[in-house]
Amino acid sequence: MVHVLPLNGAVTRGEGLQEADRPTSQVAVFGADRPLQLDNGVALSPFQIAYQTYGALNADRSNAVLVCHALTGDQHVANVHPVTKKSGWWETLIGPGKPIDTERYFVICSNVVGGCMGSTGPASIDPKSGKPWGLEFPVITIRDMVRAQAMLLDHLGIDTLFACVGGSMGGMQVLQWAASYPQRVFAALPIACATRHSAQNIAFHEVGRQAIMADPEWRGGRYHLEGTNPRRGLAVARMGAHITYLSDAALHRKFGRKFQDRENPTFSFDADFEVESYLRHQGSSFVERFDANSYLYLTRAMDYFDLAADAGGVLANAFKGAPTRFCVISFTSDWLFPTSESRAIVHALNASSARVSFAEIVTDKGHDAFLLDEPEMFAIVRGFLDGAGKARGLARGLARGVKAPAS
Amino acid sequence: MSNLTAANIERNAGGNRVDLVLIADMVERGVKVLDVGCGDGELLSLLGDTRDVDGRGIELSREGVNACVAKGLAVIQGDADTDLADYPDDAFDYVILSQTIQATRHPRIVLEHMLRIGRRAIVSFPNFGHWTVRAQLMFAGHMPQTDILPYSWYDTPNIHHCTIKDFRTLCSEIGVKMERAVALNAWGSPLRLNAPWWFWNLFGEQAVFLLSRRD
Repeated sequence: MVHVLPLNGAVTRGEGLQEADRPTSQVAVFGADRPLQLDNGVALSPFQIAYQTYGALNADRSNAVLVCHALTGDQHVANVHPVTKKSGWWETLIGPGKPIDTERYFVICSNVVGGCMGSTGPASIDPKSGKPWGLEFPVITIRDMVRAQAMLLDHLGIDTLFACVGGSMGGMQVLQWAASYPQRVFAALPIACATRHSAQNIAFHEVGRQAIMADPEWRGGRYHLEGTNPRRGLAVARMGAHITYLSDAALHRKFGRKFQDRENPTFSFDADFEVESYLRHQGSSFVERFDANSYLYLTRAMDYFDLAADAGGVLANAFKGAPTRFCVISFTSDWLFPTSESRAIVHALNASSARVSFAEIVTDKGHDAFLLDEPEMFAIVRGFLDGAGKARGLARGLARGVKAPAS
Repeated sequence: MSNLTAANIERNAGGNRVDLVLIADMVERGVKVLDVGCGDGELLSLLGDTRDVDGRGIELSREGVNACVAKGLAVIQGDADTDLADYPDDAFDYVILSQTIQATRHPRIVLEHMLRIGRRAIVSFPNFGHWTVRAQLMFAGHMPQTDILPYSWYDTPNIHHCTIKDFRTLCSEIGVKMERAVALNAWGSPLRLNAPWWFWNLFGEQAVFLLSRRD
């Protein structure tokens, strides 16, 4: 059940969306003197980035790892989520003694610009009007997200990242980092991603967006002002997308044709099947923590992503002369970002003589595999970062030195 | 596809495969190397440890690749026959093909790509002209199986066997300069340098060639 809280008089919010205004995170605020120059020409100002950090920055400031989150992820990568109360979305990978070892690295994860967990996005209040941005918010790109992250690093006094890691939309940001700021990324780990969003993926996103916009409660994006919430539209968008994150084999293994709490079909449109019930649950729990307009903006950012187009049509030129070392990972059953997409990244990196590793991991868990317990992925991430750490001269064991910089 | 014969190749006192040590000795220090068919990364590790090279690898088997990456080596999953074409000219100082050429579909094209991508190439392969191989065919009348060629004819990945003599012919046909060649006997020791080629072809169980472009 969602309690709608009044805010600024007419503005209403879902319970989870309080985070958009008052995030349970550290926040970096960029004033009028530091606008975010967006690809669409707009200078976004003022704006803020909400972020979490784990571990300690060493004296050389050389052990920072930036984790980039996926479409519906957020900055709560390795702590209990303030809204859902669940573990961080990558706690299997990040923590003390884990492959991304917080006793060794200083891990930063920020909510992307356009998100709804405390970084400026369509659910945030537009200071000029005092109302939520809604569709007045400028359309943003993956490159804009990365620009904002670079400004956050400047704010934290970190010149060079030891590593930049992410899966799916997070992997796109990793690739954009290597293309935009090659001198600031020592090692890049793009997982289950691509250098461009395919027509099929744009098509899936469009279905999701249309589901949101078809919900009468969406009100042309002004639902915060009108006290409604396009819950059903956003839930349907999530249900459709969630299918693309799994695989036929995984769905079959998990649910098959099993009935939900009943012996026989009801000859109705109830959720007779377990898989229906599961998807409905995915949809309804998602709307508790996510803003529908934010979903429109972030899917759009992914659609626009095309690194080759930004580099004159030649992907290899996007990484030309990059000193960054790469480790590209894909999963056999991922049909949203299939291995062929990762191979295209690897070919381009080879053509630009970059130092690249590439591993494909056998799993039937589909695209979501990057978030799950995949021991082979953990071993590869650990081995790659160990090798990079050696090359970077990072001492093993506990990072000592300055504490996390104050924001 | 690589190291097809690895388990049966002699190792030195340090535990390293003698053919790999021989290859490592041919590589200058601090250069950029591509190991085609790098297996579990034994040669790349050896080159990194002893020659301080910037090493990359291609390996067909997923297990091999994942083992390499977990060791911190820069290795990608790929096929020598199809993926070398994607590399730009002069990207490496050395391109190495260790115990793999006999398993490629187009050995000649692979070799040409190696010398396009790299300034130099190093190729090692089991010599099908070795006397034990010849003897099995001649006297026993069956396809040869030896320590380093352990497969039955019906399940071997080795589809393009050659002799030392054949390999020299290929090199001259495509205009490749042979800078160094070493043949190892069945105990992993190099044959006399001044021995004639026919002697190598008969008594060399495997051979290592250092090649460069003929400018």
